[in-house]
Amino acid sequence: MGLEIIEVTKRFGETTAVDRLTLTVPEGGMFGLLGANGAGKTTTFRMILGLLLPTEGVIRWQGETIDYAKSHLIGYLPEERGLYPKLKVQEQLLYLGRLRGMKKADLLSEMNHWLERFHIRDYANKRVEELSKGNQQKIQFIAAVLHRPKLLILDEPFSGLDPVNVELLKEAVLDLRQNGTTIVFSSHRMEHVEELCEHVCILRRGQAVVSGALRELKRSFGRKNLLVHGEGALEELERFPGVLRCKRTAEGVRLQIANEETAQAIFAHLAGKATVRLFALEEPSLNDIFIEKVGAAYE
Amino acid sequence: MNKFWLVLGHTYITKLKAKAFLITTAMTCLLIIGLANIQTIVEFFTSDEKERVAVIDRTGSLYKSLEKQVNREEITLTKIIDMEDEAKKAVKEGEWDGLLVLSMNAEGWPEAVYYTNTLANNRTAEELKGVVNQLKTAISAAKIGLTEEQIAVLGRPASFQKIALEENAKTEEELNQARSLVYILLFAMYMFVLMYGGMIATEVATEKSSRVMEILVSSVSPVQQLFGKIIGVALVSLTQFFVFFAVGFAALKTSGQEVWRLLGLDHVPLSIWMYALIFFMLGYFLYAVLFAVLGSLVSRVEDVQPAITPVMLVVVAAFMIAMFGLNTPESAFVIGASFIPFFTPMLMFLRVGLVSVPLWEVVLSFILLAATIVLLIYIGAKVYRGGVLMYGRMNIFKDMKQAVQLTKK
Repeated sequence: MGLEIIEVTKRFGETTAVDRLTLTVPEGGMFGLLGANGAGKTTTFRMILGLLLPTEGVIRWQGETIDYAKSHLIGYLPEERGLYPKLKVQEQLLYLGRLRGMKKADLLSEMNHWLERFHIRDYANKRVEELSKGNQQKIQFIAAVLHRPKLLILDEPFSGLDPVNVELLKEAVLDLRQNGTTIVFSSHRMEHVEELCEHVCILRRGQAVVSGALRELKRSFGRKNLLVHGEGALEELERFPGVLRCKRTAEGVRLQIANEETAQAIFAHLAGKATVRLFALEEPSLNDIFIEKVGAAYE
Repeated sequence: MNKFWLVLGHTYITKLKAKAFLITTAMTCLLIIGLANIQTIVEFFTSDEKERVAVIDRTGSLYKSLEKQVNREEITLTKIIDMEDEAKKAVKEGEWDGLLVLSMNAEGWPEAVYYTNTLANNRTAEELKGVVNQLKTAISAAKIGLTEEQIAVLGRPASFQKIALEENAKTEEELNQARSLVYILLFAMYMFVLMYGGMIATEVATEKSSRVMEILVSSVSPVQQLFGKIIGVALVSLTQFFVFFAVGFAALKTSGQEVWRLLGLDHVPLSIWMYALIFFMLGYFLYAVLFAVLGSLVSRVEDVQPAITPVMLVVVAAFMIAMFGLNTPESAFVIGASFIPFFTPMLMFLRVGLVSVPLWEVVLSFILLAATIVLLIYIGAKVYRGGVLMYGRMNIFKDMKQAVQLTKK
């Protein structure tokens, strides 16, 4: 059953923030919601959490609507990070965890586990305002997962983190998924979504422009990328039949081609005419799919 | 319900542990102890030395009576020879604290001039003035030819009793005590709303500005949060009041005074205490809900003050009307205003405290007040839930409308 979002529309007066959105996230799945600022990601999340009511459509978790009786099942990392600045890390986590219906003793062991994992054990008795931004984010993440939620909603979990911490968080997210947590997260960075999710949805002005299982999307897309490094008349390839797009790089060109046969033809064409150091056929990226569907580059 | 207690406990503990709160409480306790012992303190700093006053008696006859009547605990008089300039110099140099020149004017009445370095210490001059006046009275009585007995009769006040004819009307003593209690409680109510109402608004705004609110509203329903917070702060304030009261009581006890008599509260009927409790609590709730909702509408803690000022002014207005009503509890204005829910806690309490109010009036005002509170909670919970998701510009009424819209479909 998992999470179902069926024909959901949210209007604020004249503006439509989310327009007939339909998504299903199977239980235990990892779902990526992509979109630029203002695309409707946060509004969608707030509707899932019950903070906002959809104008039309229904949202269900395990076949039931989500209300305060289910708040212990749900974890939420808001986009705008928020913690009590004057409260100590431990007090803070215990309070937020207990509000999600977990017992203090269970919380303590869970909390220590997470603090240990994120190497911030020493900060348990510090006030949040004394911590660095990165460490505050870790605390915020812990607050979202501390009560072992079944459904975890992460709004831009990686924004503002350095690469080391991004990795740390990614691993944590993958581990949670292994343990059966259903995870929905949003990002404006395509590579994070490509790396982690099996299901994606790209929102643009409230509408889902690309939606489905990532592998399916890539397979059905057909087009592929061809990377050619070397010397010679590589630019001429732009006019080669079957080449849709050509972009020069430092060491050669990156081509978007209609199908695998084009690659074969190019390979034959280049033989003897150019020195080729690298000839690689790549899967289409999410970005390619987006550009194709929307007709404009992803911001 | 469980989460309500969590919010309540959290609010209570964190507020109580806050440094600013501890410091304010400690300072106020010191102030209370100081006030309770004010007499001892003043005496400690006042020198035991008596005021030394030199007297030049140009009447030749009045000095003796003057010396007899002056308070010898505070003033010592010394008769000197008539060398006014030298005497003034001596006062300037500090040899004497003052110089009194007594003389008779053309019509034969005593006159006095008092020279001293500053006029700040008024007590000596007042004391001397009193005595000189008495001397004058004695001289005039003697001139007319009155006996001492006749003078005494002249000074005796007339008997004047006040008796209320209404059956339940309070006696003079009861009324005085009731007035004193009403005054104290009105003032307490006023302080309470101003101090802790601001605290609630700030508390909510802080949670909102630190953005922790979004997590909170996704875990706990706004109504539970609202109540947890309001009652949490109420308990904090009660704790603080209890500390103040205990400290004050102990301080007065140790300084050897009868506390209840001092406050004039040893004859206050139980019913007034009951009314005080009920109206106090309802009044607190009414304003607390209002403050919490206003706090949820602003984005930054700095905006709290301008947002709550209008409500503060309503509280001030209620207090002003109540002060006016202390002496005129039966004026139509006070009676009318006592049915307006925002004024009811102070004014209806004032009325039941001072005069006998028909039961139906009390019940009616009570119902109006309770209904307003319920209505405010209903609207408040909606605004609160939507308000915490809104950030940006400040326009209370627009914001309120928008906040309610956010909770709709």
